[in-house]
Amino acid sequence: MSLIDLSLCELRDKLAARELSAAEATAACLARIEKTEPEVSALLSVQAEAALAEAKALDAAGPDPDRPLWGVPVTVKDVLTTRGLATTCGSKMLKNFVPPFDATVVARLKAAGAIILGKNNMDEFAMGSSTENSAYFPSKNPWDLARVPGGSSGGSGASVAARQCFASLGTDTGGSIRLPAAFCGTVGIKPSYGRVSRYGLVAFGSSLDQCGPLARSVPDAAAVLKVIAGHDPRDSTSVNQPVPDYEAATRCCDLQGLRLGLPEEYWGEGVDGEVLASCRAAVDAAVAEGATVVPVKLPHTPYAIATYYIIAMAEASSNLARFDGVRYGYRAPEAANLLDMYKKSRTAGFGDEVQRRIIIGTYVLSSGYYDAYYRKAAQVRRLIRDDFDRAFEHCDVIVGPTCPTVAFPLGQMTADPLKMYLMDIFTISLNLAGLCGLSLPVGLGEVSKMPVGLQVFGPSFGEERILAFAGALEKVLPGLPRPAAV
Amino acid sequence: MAQYEAVIGLEVHAQLLTRTKVFCGCSTAFGNEPNENVCPVCAGMPGVLPVMNDKVLEYAAKMALAVDCRVNPRSVFARKNYFYPDLPKGYQISQYEEPLAEHGRLEIEVDGERKTVGITRIHMEEDAGKNIHSATENVSYVDLNRCGVPLIEIVSEPDMRSADEAVAYLKNLRSILVYLGICDGNMEEGSFRCDANVSVRPVGQPEFGVRAELKNMNSFRHVHKAIEYEIRRHIDCLEDGEKIVQETRLFDTVKGVTLPMRGKEEAHDYRYFPDPDLVPVVMDKVMLSRWRSELPELPEARKRRFMAEHGLPAYDAEVLTAERDVADYFEAALAAGAEPKQAANWIMTELLRELREKKVGALDCALTPQKLARLLKLVESGTISGTSGKQIFAELCATGADPDTYVKDKGLAQISDTGAIEAVLDEVLAANPKELERYRGGERKLTGFFVGQVMRRMKGQANPGLVNELLARKLG
Repeated sequence: MSLIDLSLCELRDKLAARELSAAEATAACLARIEKTEPEVSALLSVQAEAALAEAKALDAAGPDPDRPLWGVPVTVKDVLTTRGLATTCGSKMLKNFVPPFDATVVARLKAAGAIILGKNNMDEFAMGSSTENSAYFPSKNPWDLARVPGGSSGGSGASVAARQCFASLGTDTGGSIRLPAAFCGTVGIKPSYGRVSRYGLVAFGSSLDQCGPLARSVPDAAAVLKVIAGHDPRDSTSVNQPVPDYEAATRCCDLQGLRLGLPEEYWGEGVDGEVLASCRAAVDAAVAEGATVVPVKLPHTPYAIATYYIIAMAEASSNLARFDGVRYGYRAPEAANLLDMYKKSRTAGFGDEVQRRIIIGTYVLSSGYYDAYYRKAAQVRRLIRDDFDRAFEHCDVIVGPTCPTVAFPLGQMTADPLKMYLMDIFTISLNLAGLCGLSLPVGLGEVSKMPVGLQVFGPSFGEERILAFAGALEKVLPGLPRPAAV
Repeated sequence: MAQYEAVIGLEVHAQLLTRTKVFCGCSTAFGNEPNENVCPVCAGMPGVLPVMNDKVLEYAAKMALAVDCRVNPRSVFARKNYFYPDLPKGYQISQYEEPLAEHGRLEIEVDGERKTVGITRIHMEEDAGKNIHSATENVSYVDLNRCGVPLIEIVSEPDMRSADEAVAYLKNLRSILVYLGICDGNMEEGSFRCDANVSVRPVGQPEFGVRAELKNMNSFRHVHKAIEYEIRRHIDCLEDGEKIVQETRLFDTVKGVTLPMRGKEEAHDYRYFPDPDLVPVVMDKVMLSRWRSELPELPEARKRRFMAEHGLPAYDAEVLTAERDVADYFEAALAAGAEPKQAANWIMTELLRELREKKVGALDCALTPQKLARLLKLVESGTISGTSGKQIFAELCATGADPDTYVKDKGLAQISDTGAIEAVLDEVLAANPKELERYRGGERKLTGFFVGQVMRRMKGQANPGLVNELLARKLG
């Protein structure tokens, strides 16, 4: 088996045992990037020299048992700030922006000994479901280069699937980790709101954003989550609760007696047949191992999309106000006055989707509309959360398809933003409710031969529970081969 | 002609004296190099998050308690969205629907009439930075040192009816803030700022008139002038049957008039919504009662105590307690043995003038309360005259010299030796026979002439009371 096909946990153990050096692992990934990047376009920047130098420095110092990702090469979505390394958010607005500080999650990766190879492509400011909204270039799905990798963390999904790295950090506001994980056949975890620090995550929807790992297996993703999770005094919304051993949780249990909640709203109309079939087969596999199926109801699901887009866009319109060309980022060269500078800089610096969301967000917060939109959405949000609380009284985890379809062809949805928004239909409720979830690859679609993701929802701070279930289910499923296209 | 009544409500912004900013660890020090007190958080870099400085809550809550507000068990930060270069995030973190405190009140007194002004709300927020427009080049700069400095906004009910009442309210409010040690109250530097909402209505009409919001008033005098002007303007409009428009007006300090702001600058829809980056502020009951117990004696209570304990007239007590350090100075002087009324007189005239001229705080003055007490003793005992006491006051304030030593070294002690004075008096009478004759002829007003001659010969050091007495005896 070649080095790049090792799982993150296997690589980590070999590095710790000095069977492999950090420099070897880093060089293998960089070589893989060089080979696959022209096709998948998963990265906006690669810091080959710095990564190799870091790896050599680690090798010289020797493995450190207190650094759980010692020597493990990873990539990071370009919405997370990296000190001294450009952080563009996939936008022209921040083309030359080099942050003076590391995001807390990046600092924690570094402290754990991980080596950051580069920054992942993404939909501009994390707004999109296909990575086609990147201001630089679209990323491609390693399973079929004519298809999208999903979004907005599409570069992360593609990078992990193409074996450019052993894990990647993505961010998820309405499904942006889980969707690319499903489309690219990787595992992706959206942690509970408050589980992972948002400091250094360039905000899209502050009350919805969470950072989480994408990796090739459940234990791999859990190992990364363990490193990035935990209270951060720099983020008032991060919760001060101990971080369990997530990786151990993935190996702790079998499926005997686990109650799987299947919401009727997620298993019927609007879902492609091959997606339903693959997900159904995974549930059957769990049942064969002793799990039981419980029908549950999430009756406010039909309101989730509207609620989500009001809240996310309202927050985005405010969060993106700081990009005004005054202190950093793009400034239009010829402006007659201050207002003109704002208008020209923001018009030229932001792409269409970002501008669309800023305009809608500004509208729903406007005086006279606030009550009808934002306040109402905040109330519905509460009802959606109540739906989940009630459902979890009857089951341990909730499962359903991550997305109604497999990865779609590039260009197919770009003309119809509303259709694109519907890709999030199964993922956004989780963000609205602040709960945790993950997407687990459960096979390839019969027709498309593209990966299908099963979404596993858990209660707030129930990461151990969903990881235990996903870890056990992963073991009984056949697993995916290396993506065909690369 | 109809009788009109003005209706005035005030919004005060007070800068809190915390060491660090409200949502980051940067210093709040005034007067540093531009952008010296700036970090990624207050500069609004992408990805940063605010974290509340607990001291701000303590200071704001203490002010709320001091003016009898109900402190809400839960309050929420909200974003006030607008674009301006001195506002790096594109929004100001403030409080909106759920403020820290509500329903307070403040007593004021104008021309002996007492009145209660309602306080609608007190909320916490961050200050913006400053735009600096170059005088020589066609460029502007932004200084973010002040950006993120904590403020409280104190909104009054529209309970005031005259400029005098408005100023009385502001003075009381400022004095409380300074007493609490949470604001330096400096209006010129902008740490205590005020906007006024002014409207006018015919007496007896229950509805308010259309109001104007006045800005740019950097002293109590400006506030007074601007409000007076605005009331006059409204009355003139009403008399002439003109329509008053609701607008924001700036006080022109040079011309003494208010002028409308350009329309565009005030056309704001702030799109307030709860700030998702900050959790609601939950007020701990135990903490609140601890803060309540830590409140110092406030100006109004202290004023009443000064009247009761030291027999001071209301006016004196008011002046002495307006500033906490002046009141502290007064009490320290009494503790050092000064007589209350004398101390009050000297502090209200001599000391306050010196403090104003030298721009120093009472407790920073080199003439300490103990030294003032010594000086008053020298006057009281007749060692020096009140006049020479006043003459050396500035010098003592400047040098901090010990009054006893100073008087001795400069030979300022009065001569109260009757023999010495009599000898000089005899000389004077002998040297001015004509005047003596006229005096004996009935020109009694020449007394002053003889006293003046004696004082001159004795270089002003003779005890004037004694000179008069001896003269009367000699000529009588």
